[in-house]
Amino acid sequence: MRPVSAAEVAPATYAQEIHAEGLQVRVGRRKLAVDGLDLTLGVGVHGLLGPNGAGKTTLIRALATVLRPAGGRLVLLGASIGGRIDQRGLRRRIGYLPQDFGFYKHFTVREFVEYLAWLKDMSKKDIPGAVQRAIDRVGLTDRADDRMKTLSGGMVRRAGIAQAIVNDPDILLLDEPTAGLDPLQRVRFRELLQEIGRDACVVVSTHLVEDVAAACTDVVLFAKGNRVFQGTPAELVAAGGPDDIGDSPIERGYSAILGKGKGNW
Amino acid sequence: MNAEHASAALITRYVRGEDLADDVVWALESHLETCAACRGALAEVDTPGTLSALESVWTRLEPELAQTAPAPRRRAAWLRTWVTPVMLPWLLMALLVIVAAVAMDRMWRGDGGISFVRLCAPVLPVLGVAAAWTRGVDPAYELIAATPKAGLYLVLRRTTAVLAVVFPLLLIAQWLTGSAIAMTLLPGLAFTSGTLALGGIIGMARAAYTLIGLWAAIVVLPTVAFQREASLLGEQWVPLWATVLAVTAVIVVLRRGAFTRLSARRW
Repeated sequence: MRPVSAAEVAPATYAQEIHAEGLQVRVGRRKLAVDGLDLTLGVGVHGLLGPNGAGKTTLIRALATVLRPAGGRLVLLGASIGGRIDQRGLRRRIGYLPQDFGFYKHFTVREFVEYLAWLKDMSKKDIPGAVQRAIDRVGLTDRADDRMKTLSGGMVRRAGIAQAIVNDPDILLLDEPTAGLDPLQRVRFRELLQEIGRDACVVVSTHLVEDVAAACTDVVLFAKGNRVFQGTPAELVAAGGPDDIGDSPIERGYSAILGKGKGNW
Repeated sequence: MNAEHASAALITRYVRGEDLADDVVWALESHLETCAACRGALAEVDTPGTLSALESVWTRLEPELAQTAPAPRRRAAWLRTWVTPVMLPWLLMALLVIVAAVAMDRMWRGDGGISFVRLCAPVLPVLGVAAAWTRGVDPAYELIAATPKAGLYLVLRRTTAVLAVVFPLLLIAQWLTGSAIAMTLLPGLAFTSGTLALGGIIGMARAAYTLIGLWAAIVVLPTVAFQREASLLGEQWVPLWATVLAVTAVIVVLRRGAFTRLSARRW
C-alpha cells in the first residue's frame, strides 16, 4: 500500500497562494471595481472587510477566475492568470461560495454537494466519502437527504459552504458566508474557518466587523477598489482612538481608517 | 544518479537523513520539485517502521471505512451530469411545439403546401441550448461557472443532451408527416452551433431569440404569407448550411474561454 501519492509530496513552487500586483478588474464596460490592487495572501484566514460597493465581490470573483483581470498581474498558486496555464487544474484547488448563490430546489443537500463535486472533477470513488465529510463539517448530517427547498436560509448557506470545501481547496473564497447564520452558527462557522485556515488560504469577504475580529489571522480593508489597510485584527484595533465612531474597539479602528465622519453613511 | 533520474539508493539515503554532500542534496531537491516519478519513488521509501505502522492502521480502519460507505447513488445522478433541472421545461416545450406542428401539418397540409414541421425544425434545439448556459435562467450558474468542468466541455455536454432529445422527436415527426428528412438535421446543427457562437458574445438567451427572430423574418413569414415552398431548405442549400456550421463551430472553439467566465449579460 502506498502511503502518499507523488502529487501529494509535490512541493509548493510558490511562496504565496494569492499574489496580485496592480490588479484591475472591470465591472460592466467602464467601471473599474478593483483598481490597481497590490495584495499578497498566504496560508491563514484573511478577512476582506469594506463598505458595501467597495468591490469585494468583484475581487473575489477575479480570485475565483470567473472574471478576467483587465490589467495588472494575478498569480494564484503559482500560476499567472491570463497566461497559458492549466486553468482546469487550478480550479480543482479552489473552493468558491458566491454571495447570492442559487441552487436547484429539488436537489437534496447530498445531491447538491455531489453534483458540485462531480463538476470539480473529483473521482467517482472519492465523491461519496468527501461529500459526507463536507456535510458533517457544516453540521447538516441530519438534513443531508432533505430537499434544498425545505432548508432555512442559514442551512442553505451551510450547504453552500459544504460544496466549497468538498474538494479540500488550497484557496477557499467565501463571499459574505455569515449572512443568514444565527449567532451560535456563526461561532461554529468561525471554528471551521480556523480549522481550514491552518493549511489553506481562506479569504472571507464580509461587512460584519465582529466576524473578522473573532476568526481572522489577518484583515484586509478594502474601499473604493483598493486596499487601505492590511494587518492583524489587533493592529486594526490599535488604529482606532476613543473619538472614532463604533461600539467596539475594532469598529472604531475600522471607522478611523475609512475616515468616516459622524452621521455619514 | 543517472542522467535523468535520481537512483533509488540515493533517494533512500535522502529520506533516512543520511549524511549527503550539500551539492548532492541541492541537486536532488531541485530535481524532485519537477519530477513526479522521483517523488513517487520518494513516497515509497520505507523509513524503518513507517510503512508497517501505516499498514496496521489501514488494516484496522478498513472494516470501519467499508461500513460508513456512502448512501447508494440514485439513478438520477447519471442524468444530472447531462441535463439540469432548468432545461427540462424547455425540452418539454420543444415536445409541445413538435406535437402542435405535426397536428397542423396533418390537418391543413394539402399537396405541395407548407410543412410546419419543416419550418420549425431548424430552430427547435435553440431554446434548449439557451437554457443550458444562460446566467439568468440557471440559478446555479455562478457556482457552476467557477468549477473545473465549466467551459466548452460542459456546454457541449448539455447541448448534446438537448440534441439527443430533439432530433429523435423531429425524426418521428417527419415520419408521421411524411416530409423529407435530409434537410432538417443540418440546419438544426447549424442553428445550435450558431447560438453557441453568438451566445459567447451577447449572452446565450439573447442569441437564441435573435436567431429565432431572424429565421421567422427571413423564412417563416414569407413562406406562410405567400404559401410557397420554404426557401433555404432545399437540397441546393446544403453547402450554405455546412458553411454556417463550420464557421460558427470554429468561432465557438476559438472563443471557448468565454464559457469559463461569468457572462456579462444575464440573458
